[in-house]
Amino acid sequence: MSVLLSPIKDVHSERRLFLARVILAIVVSLLLMGTVVARLVHLQVIDHELFAEKSQGNRVRIEPVPPIRGLVFDRKGRVIAENLPAYQLELIPEQVDDLDDTLQRLAAINLIEFEDIQRFKDLSHSGPRFKPVTLKFRLTEEEIANFAIQRPRFPGVDFRPRLVRHYPDGELVAHAVGYVGALSTEDLQRLDPASYAGTSHTGKTGVEGSFESDLHGDAGYRHLIANARGRQVPSDTSELLDSLPVDQTPAPGANVYLTIDLELQRIAAKALEGRRGALVALDPRNGEILALVSAPAFDPNLFAVGMSTSQYRALSDNPDRPLFNRAVRGAYPPGSTIKPILALAALETNATNLTRKTICHGYFQLPNDDHRYRDWKPEGHGPVDLHDAIAQSCDVYFYELSGEIGIDNMHDYLDRFGLGTKTGVDVGGESSGLVPSREWKKNNFRDRDNQRWYHGETVIASIGQGYMLATPLQLAAAAGALATRGKRYRPHMVAAVEDALTGERRIVQPEHLGDVEISNDFYWENVIGAMHDVMQGPRGTARAVGTGAPYEMAGKSGTAQVVSIAQDEEYDDAELEERQRDHALFISFAPLDDPRIAVALIVENGESGSGVAAPIAKAIMDAYLGFSDDAS
Amino acid sequence: MRTWGSVTMRLSDTQRLFAPNAAPMTSFSGILRRLHIDGPLFGALLLVCTFGLFVLYSAVGESNRLLLNQIVRIGVAFVAMLIVAQLPPDFLRRWTPWGYAAGLILLVLVLTKGDVGQGARRWLDLGIRFQPSEAMKLGVPMMTAWYLHDRQIPPRLGQLFIIAVMIAVPTLLIAKQPDLGTSLLIAASGVIVIVLAGLSFRLMLGLTVAAVPGALVLWNFMQDYQKQRVLTLLNPDSDPLGAGYNIIQSKIAIGSGGMFGKGWTNGSQAQLEFLPERDTDFIFAVLGEEFGLLGVLTLLVLYLFVVGRGLYIAVQARDTYSRLLAGSISLTFMVYVFVNTAMVTGLVPVVGVPLPLVSFGGTSMVTLMAGFGILMSIHSHRKLLPH
Repeated sequence: MSVLLSPIKDVHSERRLFLARVILAIVVSLLLMGTVVARLVHLQVIDHELFAEKSQGNRVRIEPVPPIRGLVFDRKGRVIAENLPAYQLELIPEQVDDLDDTLQRLAAINLIEFEDIQRFKDLSHSGPRFKPVTLKFRLTEEEIANFAIQRPRFPGVDFRPRLVRHYPDGELVAHAVGYVGALSTEDLQRLDPASYAGTSHTGKTGVEGSFESDLHGDAGYRHLIANARGRQVPSDTSELLDSLPVDQTPAPGANVYLTIDLELQRIAAKALEGRRGALVALDPRNGEILALVSAPAFDPNLFAVGMSTSQYRALSDNPDRPLFNRAVRGAYPPGSTIKPILALAALETNATNLTRKTICHGYFQLPNDDHRYRDWKPEGHGPVDLHDAIAQSCDVYFYELSGEIGIDNMHDYLDRFGLGTKTGVDVGGESSGLVPSREWKKNNFRDRDNQRWYHGETVIASIGQGYMLATPLQLAAAAGALATRGKRYRPHMVAAVEDALTGERRIVQPEHLGDVEISNDFYWENVIGAMHDVMQGPRGTARAVGTGAPYEMAGKSGTAQVVSIAQDEEYDDAELEERQRDHALFISFAPLDDPRIAVALIVENGESGSGVAAPIAKAIMDAYLGFSDDAS
Repeated sequence: MRTWGSVTMRLSDTQRLFAPNAAPMTSFSGILRRLHIDGPLFGALLLVCTFGLFVLYSAVGESNRLLLNQIVRIGVAFVAMLIVAQLPPDFLRRWTPWGYAAGLILLVLVLTKGDVGQGARRWLDLGIRFQPSEAMKLGVPMMTAWYLHDRQIPPRLGQLFIIAVMIAVPTLLIAKQPDLGTSLLIAASGVIVIVLAGLSFRLMLGLTVAAVPGALVLWNFMQDYQKQRVLTLLNPDSDPLGAGYNIIQSKIAIGSGGMFGKGWTNGSQAQLEFLPERDTDFIFAVLGEEFGLLGVLTLLVLYLFVVGRGLYIAVQARDTYSRLLAGSISLTFMVYVFVNTAMVTGLVPVVGVPLPLVSFGGTSMVTLMAGFGILMSIHSHRKLLPH
């Protein structure tokens, strides 16, 4: 050490000092590199397994594979809902230089709408930059051709195939089968995230909604090679694809067979075309719904494909409310259609008998009251018994009985036929309708005066007016219960659920509900006979419809006053005036001796139950029983 | 004096290792000599560059364009080396102070007029675009060696102070750009000259202790991201997606390479872009992943050979300037290799030092090869100097 520090006088000792320092530097260098080598040995030999695993975890990403949604068939195996490949227009945010400009130009060539631009911008900024944003779910052939030419002008925008739910009959089945729509935030909270990973649409209404868990299936997954930004690396670049874990194929959704008869559905929809109304036909022997139509309808494909804002607004702002399912949600005053039930109630409670006659002068008055409760026939029906009162739909006869039956008995019997409570049909969103009673009124009005039940209210309840409301589905079920003489089955629309892989079917058994007990079979005979005469008797209200038919049938018309128009609304509008007209209702079943079909329908503002609604009901029965020209 | 004897012994060992030209002169080595090329050094550099090109080709995603780009740069750098090799050390020495002064002026110009790129002001555009800090990598050791050339070594305290200023001024100017990696390397190249000049160990210790407040001053000079790098080194897992990401991914790449590697262009970390800066500062990790420990050791051995040959040239040099300069160039290269490999393996903070002769990029390549040109000049011109 001291040698090194001593002053150097000559070149030779300087060289020696330098040499010593170089050797020192070599030692230090080797030490440093030794450290690095030791580190490398540690990383690459000792901890190799650990890092090999980490690098594997780095590059392999698990991507969910959505299952194929189950198909929906009608009772004869005809396709109601299927999945079709369609091209959708997508935008990949990271590949687009000027997002606003690109969207503006897409709107300029009518591929998207200007008012949706902001929505797409928000979507583009919300997810990862490499994740495609769907601009349009389904391109027409023309749009594909048009865009293909212009594609070089739109870097980052392209079309991609996917499976889209498709309803070949569109509007025809809209309210029966429902529709699927894009998953919403609420849907995501409700649904199992594992099963729905990768799924874009879910059933929203109808069978699609209520049988979602059967139709959807379970997501599978596959392993992908992903780069650091999470993007999939095209498989052709990769020897890296070897040694990946095994993928899990998705479990396809179950196929659903409906009780709906597509042909009957078509006839019913056609009959209601251009009108507002609803029709439900069912098999009274088991509750199978054969047709369920609400008019006007909408194209459920619009929801599956995705609508522009203006398309949706056109649907939701339409005064005819095409999105509203009148068949299960529409609550209407049932009018005279409930008279057969009230007749049974009157007989059972001894309010009347089969021979008692009343002279109908065209109106009825309560004692000590000037108010005249009018019959629909101003000049009156003359002398009528119970049979005549049903066949001719004499209001006065029922007005007179109403006090003797009493509102609570009315409520009791209507309730036994299922009115005023939800039928429990296997599609959601059902309305319960309303059958008033003293109890109900007491609980549902604030004002003490209004809590009282007035006699006059019983009078109008006897012809299905006032507070009373029923859905077409409830009326169909009640008609079915009349047809079977009290045997009730829960209405349902799904006949079977079929495993898409094994073909194994789970048949939905008819659900027998509590029967309506009537003490004397003769009462049934009489009431049903009267309903038969409605359609095929000499003085029946709908004899023009039923007379001459090759089979026997029963029915009851109803014409209900529209109560919901406020007095201060503009009146001069012709269309509004049309909406003031009475609703036309009809219930029926056939054949008389062994009923296989029961029908209930309403035509809003149709004015005449027997004139407008009855022919539609008959057309349905004709078709179903094989008596019409175009029946399948 | 027995100590000296043993040193002489070691010298002869070294001679045997690094002087293979004991064989009779062939016409090939005659050509090399005429061109002032040192065969062993030239060969080793060629091997490193070729190996480096293979690694780079994989690291740039098998892009032929970028590979060609790098080949052109290597070509330019070799030409620069050849040109510098022709300049006699005396000539270099005479021009050293002027070059150093010009370098300082350029560094000041960079800070006032330089182009900003990636948050730092490093580039100067005077007809051609270049980084004056690169020139200073050679300028500082040359200047220190020039200062000590006529003086007795080891330097006295007052001389040390002057040398310290010579080193500190460009170092701080470059640190201000900010370019911490380069400024540290430049300071190192100057310090290496003093150490080789026989700086006493007592003074070294004293300076190291004095370096503590110096380090604190430097800490204040550092940008937030630079401080973050130091802190991240201490615990990379504290911020796995932020500053620690580079180190974690680099360790995974190297570690998963194992003994023999995943195979050329088959490194998933590199090819799938998990590895940041895979073609520049972190290219060593690509090497480790695809060629394994074996590939890494091969490159390190080549590097050590280059350093060893450089030190042999330094020991053989005939004058103080050549000796100190050659030693500093060789050992600075060694520091480069160490800092980059230690940084990529997570031993030292990420300071942005490329892997010499392998990382993508041109400027540092030219400076490095010019440095090797100086080594060749020193070695090939020594016969002409009086002994």
